[in-house]
Amino acid sequence: MELGRFLVSPAPHIRSGESTQRIMLDVIIALLPAMIAGVWFFGINAILVTAVAVVAAVASEAVMQKYVLKRPVTVSDLSAAVTGILIAFNVPATLPLWMVALGSIFAIVIVKQCFGGLGNNFINPALAARAFLLTSFAGDMTNWVAPGADAVAAATPLGLVKGAEAATQALPSLMDLFIGNVPGCIGETSAALLLLGGLYLVYRGVISIRIPASFIATVAVLTFLMGGFDASLAAYHVFAGGLFLGAIFMATDYSSSPMTPMGQIIMGIGCGLITVVIRFFGALPEGVSYSILLMNVATPLIDKFTIPKKFGGVKKSA
Amino acid sequence: MKLWKTFFNGIIVENPALRLVLGMCPLLAVTTSIQAGIGMGAAVIFVLLGSNLFISLIKKIVPGEVRIPIYIVVIATFVTMVQLFVKAFAPVLDKQLGIFIPLIVVNCVILARAEAFASKNKAVPSILDGLGMGLGFTLALVIVSSIREILGAGTFFGISLFGEAYKPLLIMILPPGGFMVLGFTIAAVNKLTEKKKS
Repeated sequence: MELGRFLVSPAPHIRSGESTQRIMLDVIIALLPAMIAGVWFFGINAILVTAVAVVAAVASEAVMQKYVLKRPVTVSDLSAAVTGILIAFNVPATLPLWMVALGSIFAIVIVKQCFGGLGNNFINPALAARAFLLTSFAGDMTNWVAPGADAVAAATPLGLVKGAEAATQALPSLMDLFIGNVPGCIGETSAALLLLGGLYLVYRGVISIRIPASFIATVAVLTFLMGGFDASLAAYHVFAGGLFLGAIFMATDYSSSPMTPMGQIIMGIGCGLITVVIRFFGALPEGVSYSILLMNVATPLIDKFTIPKKFGGVKKSA
Repeated sequence: MKLWKTFFNGIIVENPALRLVLGMCPLLAVTTSIQAGIGMGAAVIFVLLGSNLFISLIKKIVPGEVRIPIYIVVIATFVTMVQLFVKAFAPVLDKQLGIFIPLIVVNCVILARAEAFASKNKAVPSILDGLGMGLGFTLALVIVSSIREILGAGTFFGISLFGEAYKPLLIMILPPGGFMVLGFTIAAVNKLTEKKKS
């Protein structure tokens, strides 16, 4: 054996062609159907909001990296663009554009870059931006309009279920809810198209099905039990609000969700539990975003307690 | 010369809030308006002056084992004086500061100076240290509360700055805004002092 001919190098030895850019491109592709639906339902405003959110996110990332942090500019990995799209998906189409831009800047500059950039954010930047905007401009952030060109003020389905707003309108049908023909944020209304995007991501291997499935299943089971074994109410809660958007695209954020399989299921169940608690007992009609933010913060703890046993490892003798 | 150093030590070099990161509870809680910030600062200056002076005077007769309870009793005495004074002469400020006036008793800036400085030094340096530290703490309160009031309410000392059209960033008045502004203020101070060294 001529040992000299063998090079010894540390792992990894086999590399795939997968890159951050490719993953983020997949996410954008998966978000496209819901984005088209948002434009279809909420008109030109939805395009403007999305464009402003993406441009502000990408620009603030570039400025932050080039001039403030003096690091290589990595906007071409598309992660800032994804954050921008998700922010637009999480706000109503009527939101003033400067508020959209402010949300994008907050997400990128404070939540992402101040904590170390891609992969180091401890909570989902887009959701943090949503919480920031919702806390600051509660009125504008809940200025819902019915789908269509006329921009008629309307309450969200969950707002109606909760009875928080005067019930002058009838509850939309379950079918409308599934397709997305209801008032709400730009990207959250169409459960069907979000599901389509989610299936694409699972097929591509970008996300694992564990978090979305356990999240949605927990909400379904809990609303079924707490609504007095009413299957239609449970279905209503599953398809209404931002559950699909949150479960598929937000809770699965790599850097702020657990890495271990067991941990991901705990994350999903925890998100579902907090969502249902907020929807049934909280002051707000919708709790998906806050549930994910809370579980984001719990992620290091979950990871710590669900470290899988090493392959070939021996059980500790009691 | 050394007395000057003692005085300025608390304002910049060892600013209790922005360099030593002490007394965070009032700094985060009452900085929603500049008035409240200055009021809290004045109360802390008075208590620090009184406790530092008194503790440096009695340091010889305080047994080491029970010094902390004794310091607390001294501090609490001055805090009670401040509280009664504010209640009597500035009821509006009393409402704004609320529970945080009695909580000055457990403000770590005051106990830290009693333990680290006043119990080891003579009366005059202790007074200057208390004054410097108190002013430094007030400076931090004023910086944080002005940023929060301007951004979060669009006002400065209650006077509207940007007119009716301004939509305040409400989050700055709320607790998360407090943490954010404090973090960025400390970062800015670190950045500024870093340049001076090199």
